[in-house]
Amino acid sequence: MIYAASSLPYRGDPNNLMHAEESMVGSKVIGSYAIQNTYLDARTPNFVTVILGDYRAIDTFGEQLVIYTAGMITFLLLAASKRRKNER
Amino acid sequence: MKKKMIDFILGHYAYWFTIIIMCIGLYGILFKRNLIKKTIGLTIFQSSIVLFYVSIASKWDATVTVLDENIPIENVSNYLNPLPHTLMLTAIVVGVAILGASYALLINIYNRYGTLDEQELLDKIS
Amino acid sequence: MRDRIDSPIVLLGCRLLSPYIMLFGFYVVIHGHYSPGGGFQGGALLGASFLLMRVAGGDEIGRLQLKEHLAKPLAILGVAIYFGTGLLSILLGGNFLDYSFLPIPGMDTEWLRYTGILIIEVGIGLAVMATFIMIYDNMARGEEEDD
Repeated sequence: MIYAASSLPYRGDPNNLMHAEESMVGSKVIGSYAIQNTYLDARTPNFVTVILGDYRAIDTFGEQLVIYTAGMITFLLLAASKRRKNER
Repeated sequence: MKKKMIDFILGHYAYWFTIIIMCIGLYGILFKRNLIKKTIGLTIFQSSIVLFYVSIASKWDATVTVLDENIPIENVSNYLNPLPHTLMLTAIVVGVAILGASYALLINIYNRYGTLDEQELLDKIS
Repeated sequence: MRDRIDSPIVLLGCRLLSPYIMLFGFYVVIHGHYSPGGGFQGGALLGASFLLMRVAGGDEIGRLQLKEHLAKPLAILGVAIYFGTGLLSILLGGNFLDYSFLPIPGMDTEWLRYTGILIIEVGIGLAVMATFIMIYDNMARGEEEDD
């Protein structure tokens, strides 16, 4: 795995492909697009908040459902087993 | 030649450290027999993935992803890449929720069988 | 938590620390537009301030701050705020979670998106806080059962 990591691009190089403004096929790269356009779109200086709450809002909604489901799993597992023990 | 070697090491040492952390987590998952220790190994594995994503988002001579009026936004290399930070922000909280669910399962297993050792559990189930 | 030793110093320290952590959590949620922060981090801080009292003082003192059965409705309320914002923009003719259709008069599209992000951050913070409290309470109660 360390040998495979040797062929990764240099860390912190601004000329990497994922930091470029346009990808190889000519479309916009979302990271650079976000840096240039978030303040004009939503008047919010924090880029991460705009990507989280606006561009990827449905994804964040899914994450919130996952968190809520995990809380309900603990409730159902532990409270249901308690009820079963009381019936015995 | 020597300059090139130093550049290579400076560009890749973060990846090597994350791979070492990942191997520690994998060892915990595979070779520990207590189920709680297996869960701790899973958490170490996940934190190595988070560190890897954050490390590939960095650029030299760039600032954090909050707008500053003195730094122009037209030049992309002034700011870090915000997309991996966003992905990892949600992944950390989901990891905590998964940890809570897995501990609830472990508490149920302990209440029913009285042990958390893997081999003893296999003996008791069969 | 069977052989808990009652230490007044630990309880006093946690009582002193808990409101400040809570205030910092509110600050992180509300100020997430201008500094690093947001719903997830602020919700985790708010949950930590409640869990600190529960760990230090046991069930009786922890319940004074937030009742145990209140955690589930708060989580549902957090999800409902998020989903209601998306549904409102569908009903007014836009896409799901398209903030520029929110019915607030006298605002441009950019400021409407700003407000929409703030509303859903509050929803995320509520859901994360309530889920952390729910996980801790259920685990503590499940551990009490096995004796």
